[in-house]
Amino acid sequence: MEILLLLTLFVVAVFLGVELITKVPPTLHTPLMSGSNAISGISLVGALLAAGSGVGLWVNVLGFIAVVLATINVVGGYMVTNRMLAMFKRK
Amino acid sequence: MSMTIIYLAYLVAASLFILGIKGLTKPRTAVRGNQLSALGMFIAVVVTLLDKSILSYEWIIAGILLGGAIGAVMATKIQVTAMPQMVALLNGFGGGASLFIALASFLDPDSATHVVALISIGLTVLIGSVTLSGSFVAFAKLQELISGNPIRVPGNKFINASLLIAALILTVAVVTTPSNPTFIYALVAVSLLLGLFLVVPIGGADMPVVIALLNSYSGIAAATTGFITGNTVLIVSGSLVGASGIILTQIMCKAMNRSLFNVLFGVMAEGGETVDADEVYAGKVTSSSPEEVAMLLETAERVVIVPGYGLAMAQAQHAVRELASVLEARGAQVLYAIHPVAGRMPGHMNVLLAEAEVPYEQLIEMDEINPQFEQTDVAIVIGANDVTNPMAREDKGSPIYGMPILNVDKARTVVVVKRSLSPGFAGLPNPLFAKDNALMLFGDGKKAIVDLTASLKEAD
Repeated sequence: MEILLLLTLFVVAVFLGVELITKVPPTLHTPLMSGSNAISGISLVGALLAAGSGVGLWVNVLGFIAVVLATINVVGGYMVTNRMLAMFKRK
Repeated sequence: MSMTIIYLAYLVAASLFILGIKGLTKPRTAVRGNQLSALGMFIAVVVTLLDKSILSYEWIIAGILLGGAIGAVMATKIQVTAMPQMVALLNGFGGGASLFIALASFLDPDSATHVVALISIGLTVLIGSVTLSGSFVAFAKLQELISGNPIRVPGNKFINASLLIAALILTVAVVTTPSNPTFIYALVAVSLLLGLFLVVPIGGADMPVVIALLNSYSGIAAATTGFITGNTVLIVSGSLVGASGIILTQIMCKAMNRSLFNVLFGVMAEGGETVDADEVYAGKVTSSSPEEVAMLLETAERVVIVPGYGLAMAQAQHAVRELASVLEARGAQVLYAIHPVAGRMPGHMNVLLAEAEVPYEQLIEMDEINPQFEQTDVAIVIGANDVTNPMAREDKGSPIYGMPILNVDKARTVVVVKRSLSPGFAGLPNPLFAKDNALMLFGDGKKAIVDLTASLKEAD
């Protein structure tokens, strides 16, 4: 049953995404890509659980690599998006 | 902290991501939207750190410090002209993160227990690896570490189909025989190769499609990661990003009048009769000088600037802005015509011009600017070629027939700033250059614009 709920969530979120993104003007397509890159850095959440788990060294090492990559996405993504958007804002 | 509170916090985070993307629908609210989205990320991360299944923090702290430092340095040091490379790298890291989480889950006897988790692990490894290697090839092309043009691979379709089938079979093997780790490592290898072979044959003007598609993959990989442990915030955010990338991919394909399949397999439409460049250009191309063009601009009331990838290559965005300022000071109206696939990623020209402080109100989309060319005194094409080629409109036998173009030839005069008469990505001659109302200003884009501005200033 749980898998069906998750699938429902997935499909509904895709539809929501389609509705939202079609409203983003072409001017903001690059910030949209870097901003959504930052959002996909949410996999950091899964990476943290692996890096901090007590299962074994290999799980921690793989988790550590995932934490590094996801954090680059989160920090780099939000910062570069902010930098670009600041250029659009000023007159 | 109880699971209920964690999941409620994830709900808040997911809502903030959605509000963040909603903010991006207007330039005015975009900065705030990005901040809301970052706040959502902060909440999700903090709440996860309080999860009681986390026993030690050494690896986490080290990873966050290292990743945070790399990310911050990249984001502050990167040149705006290199933004496509940056986005390609971020796509790759996103896919890579999902890949390593899936591998860690596979080794964790508590999480790789049921079929759903194993299927999700297999799919995440597949998509994550393709995104990782594909994005690095895209990065290498954009950074010109390897040729940025399409690299023909004999039997490309056959190789890709075989690799994809092999990857799917290995995914099934991972699910049915999780006790044998050989399958998952083989899946990683095959999927990395698939990503490589998918992107290597694509290049040049098709890059925006690839970047958008890999963006989508990185989101889908995050969503499938969420299915491994039933993590709702991962599923919601991953699918949002996946949808975003797919839509951008569609917009890019439509703007080139090509199907995704044709882009992926490097198929250009059949060329009909080949067009001889000499025949098109012979004796009809008018070469001009900055002084001559400056004289034209002196009396122009309405000027439209048409930027392309060459503008980014020549780093000419500030020079163009300077020219526009001089024209505006003389009372002319200056607009910029933006083709959806100009540049190497969606929105590339907009970011470039925004960096040079061009107000976004002056950046006009193709459908809106096209009817206005007839009332335009001078259209200045800088570093754009195929997107202005009238063959796309008129020549039914042409490979680019049907591609929406900017109708610059309708302007009273078209000035084309270009190094030579060499063809663009489509490999076709451009009859625009031979038109009576077209003037060629040969030379480096930046230098030509600087000279033009200087001549215009002298005229006062």
